[in-house]
Amino acid sequence: MATDIKVPALGESVNEATVARWLKKVGDSVAMDDPLVELETDKVTLEVNAPAAGTLAEIAVPEGANVAVGAVLGRIGEGAAKAAAPAKPQPAAAVAQAEVKAPAAAAPAPAGNVAVLERSGPAVRRLVEENRLDAAAIAATGKDGRLTKGDVLAHLERAAPAAAGAKPAPAPAAAPAAPRVPRELGPREERVRMTRLRRRIAERLKEAQNNAAMLTTFNEADMSEVMALRERHRDSFEKKYGVRLGFMSIFVKACIVALREIPAVNAEIAGDDIIYKNHYDIGVAVGTEQGLVVPVVRDADQLNFADIEKTIADFGRRARDGKLSLDELSGGTFTISNGGIYGSLMSTPILNPPQSGILGMHKIQKRPIAVGDRIEIRPMMYLALSYDHRVVDGREAVTFLVRVKECVENPERMLFEV
Amino acid sequence: MAEPAYDVIVIGGGPGGYVAAIRAAQLGFRTACVEKRGSLGGTCLNVGCIPSKALLQSSEKYAEAQHALAQHGIKIAGVELDLQTLMARKDKVVGENTRGVEFLFKKNKVDYVKGAARFLAPGRIAVAPINGGETRELQGKSIIIATGSDVAPLPGVEIDEKTIVSSTGALALPAVPKRLVVIGGGYIGLEMGSVWRRLGSEVTVVEFLDRIIPGMDGELSKNLQRVLTKQGFAFRLGTKVAAAKRGKDGVTLALEPAQGGARDEIACDVALVAIGRRPYTEGLGLETVGVAVDNKGRITVDGGFATNVKGIYAIGDVIAGPMLAHKASEEGVALVETLAGQKSHVNYDAVPGVIYTWPEVASVGRTEEDLKSAGIAYKVGKFPFSANARARANADTEGFVKILADRRSDRVLGVHIIGPDAGTMIAEAALALEYGASAEDIARTCHAHPTLNEAVKEAALAVEGHPLHV
Repeated sequence: MATDIKVPALGESVNEATVARWLKKVGDSVAMDDPLVELETDKVTLEVNAPAAGTLAEIAVPEGANVAVGAVLGRIGEGAAKAAAPAKPQPAAAVAQAEVKAPAAAAPAPAGNVAVLERSGPAVRRLVEENRLDAAAIAATGKDGRLTKGDVLAHLERAAPAAAGAKPAPAPAAAPAAPRVPRELGPREERVRMTRLRRRIAERLKEAQNNAAMLTTFNEADMSEVMALRERHRDSFEKKYGVRLGFMSIFVKACIVALREIPAVNAEIAGDDIIYKNHYDIGVAVGTEQGLVVPVVRDADQLNFADIEKTIADFGRRARDGKLSLDELSGGTFTISNGGIYGSLMSTPILNPPQSGILGMHKIQKRPIAVGDRIEIRPMMYLALSYDHRVVDGREAVTFLVRVKECVENPERMLFEV
Repeated sequence: MAEPAYDVIVIGGGPGGYVAAIRAAQLGFRTACVEKRGSLGGTCLNVGCIPSKALLQSSEKYAEAQHALAQHGIKIAGVELDLQTLMARKDKVVGENTRGVEFLFKKNKVDYVKGAARFLAPGRIAVAPINGGETRELQGKSIIIATGSDVAPLPGVEIDEKTIVSSTGALALPAVPKRLVVIGGGYIGLEMGSVWRRLGSEVTVVEFLDRIIPGMDGELSKNLQRVLTKQGFAFRLGTKVAAAKRGKDGVTLALEPAQGGARDEIACDVALVAIGRRPYTEGLGLETVGVAVDNKGRITVDGGFATNVKGIYAIGDVIAGPMLAHKASEEGVALVETLAGQKSHVNYDAVPGVIYTWPEVASVGRTEEDLKSAGIAYKVGKFPFSANARARANADTEGFVKILADRRSDRVLGVHIIGPDAGTMIAEAALALEYGASAEDIARTCHAHPTLNEAVKEAALAVEGHPLHV
């Protein structure tokens, strides 16, 4: 009795994933919950585990193919390994007529995919593999339903404009942003395919730029008070909570104060409406080798400093291991990004759609500064707030940033709520 | 006594007719093939493809023995030509082939009727046996006209098959002519010219148009002319033959520029009229049944090879299209399979054409001129045999492979080859065209080394801009 290996739920508004890597071969014996295959989505890589013990009897979807939630990836059979039955060759012409618009098209694809590819020549195979395409979703004009190189190139050209025009609604998960027909390579150039994650980041960056009226306002904060506070309470904090008192918790708290006072920065444009949110889910940007990811500290206003620090530390660890879940990466209302850890002195962060504001933290640098009428050396940090001017007006943005600055320069203000 | 009715009667036993007959029999049709020549195989086997290839092969060996063996360290003194033996071998080859077709008829149970056919009515023909005797009447549900073509005559230059010959006479000359003028720069003239040039004749080709092998890719024409000139051919292009005078020493031809102008003369021992062929329907009685014929004498047919008369079909040289044996065979098979209820077609875009000079010339798909006038954007990949290892080892490096591919989709649109074994090499290209392959597909298919075919792979790489060996 064979058990299907199915694509699990992938997270809110994510309907499609790419099969990145099979961890087992057909014929390998598997224990219950053994990781079988890695799936890659726009945000994370996740593993699908064996739903039963037995032998991997069939791999229905090859690496590089797209699958929808619930699609059958393969089958686990009992006992002795069977040779993998080759995918039944469906009339590829019928399957291949579907355009790639609806992710549902990916579901009937797996079996037809392999059969069409085998008959369609090396150029087609190369293009499909390099672009992670679903062969059964490409209209075929070749002999007996085969794909020609021209079919695949035409498909890529059609898919490229479809991805670029993404709406500002919750992350659309349709066609992956396919590149245009590749230009010819020069002799000292190397072509490397973008990972799915990078493609998705690129898409969303353009989305932000194309939709928001994005501006940035700057201020600076004297960090000496905060630093003194940290020194004073560092050891007891660490002893009690097992985690270091960093700057992030202070900035998160400061931002929440400001967000409460300037609700527009915590809002979102939806068509002709503005949606004001009465909860505070603060995204904290974390850099990883694969790219920037922004896990969200939920209801940060209800967490204390220690919990905020613990949550952020845990995110950082798991982000680098690629083990963040999709739910943890979606739904923030505001984002904080710290370029200072890389040495950035001042920058203009880019919005994380559909949010309307993002705070940029930078390097703390000792600078001569006027305090009263005297010049003193103070550890200063430039602060940047990029905001969507459609929702947030200039006065609001400046006031917001001033409030953050005030709270960071005099953290006791947060205590007394002034 | 009533004759049994046939399901299929094929009139003409050439490559179109005999293939159609064999296929029909294979599909279970009661089949007869009527041929008046006295042997099967048509023009192709009897006075065309086969004898010419036999002569080309023999003459090439002679030329090789004379000029090309010293470099291999082979010393031969006193190479002599025995024309009679050469011709006898050719005849033997022809006989073997035509008897082979007879054997195939027996094997497949096709009734071989030796006689001249004439239509009495739709579905009924009269056959006059070639050995005399009573005319028979045959009935056939489907009758396929495959009567082929004949030499096109040149007004003012009457063929006697002695000093003014057609290809038929040129295949059987009793002696090597000292001077041979070939009238017509198409493949027939150039092939026959090659035979006699190698055997020692002084050959001049007179062609009406400004290029030889019209209809083929222009680069092939230019290069073939250059190569043949190196082999000793003389060319008079843009020239027509206005008149011919037979004398005791041979023939004098009056030449005139194609657009008109001052005449000059050329004397020769033998003149070969090779300006083309025309459909042959003499004595068939087409008027009796009302089968329509166009202004070039070709029987008009629809996409299923049906004439305007129910039950009467036509294929091969007698209808429009390239006058090639393999085209006729493809049509014969497609027609018969359609009659049997199958879906069968001829892909005219993938019919290769070969010229059996040495180097050979072969082509399939569209020419550059064709693509330019159709406004199709294309890219070119070319690879010379001088850069091919096998060609070098064979001391046979003349020519190149050229692949034309669609600029956007990389689909192969045409392949043109001049070089050793081009005729064999073109098969890969025809297969690629059938499958709508891209140049990249050919480039990514493993080709054995060292073979001449690698030139095809390299030309495909050249389409993408990165050949490895040039």
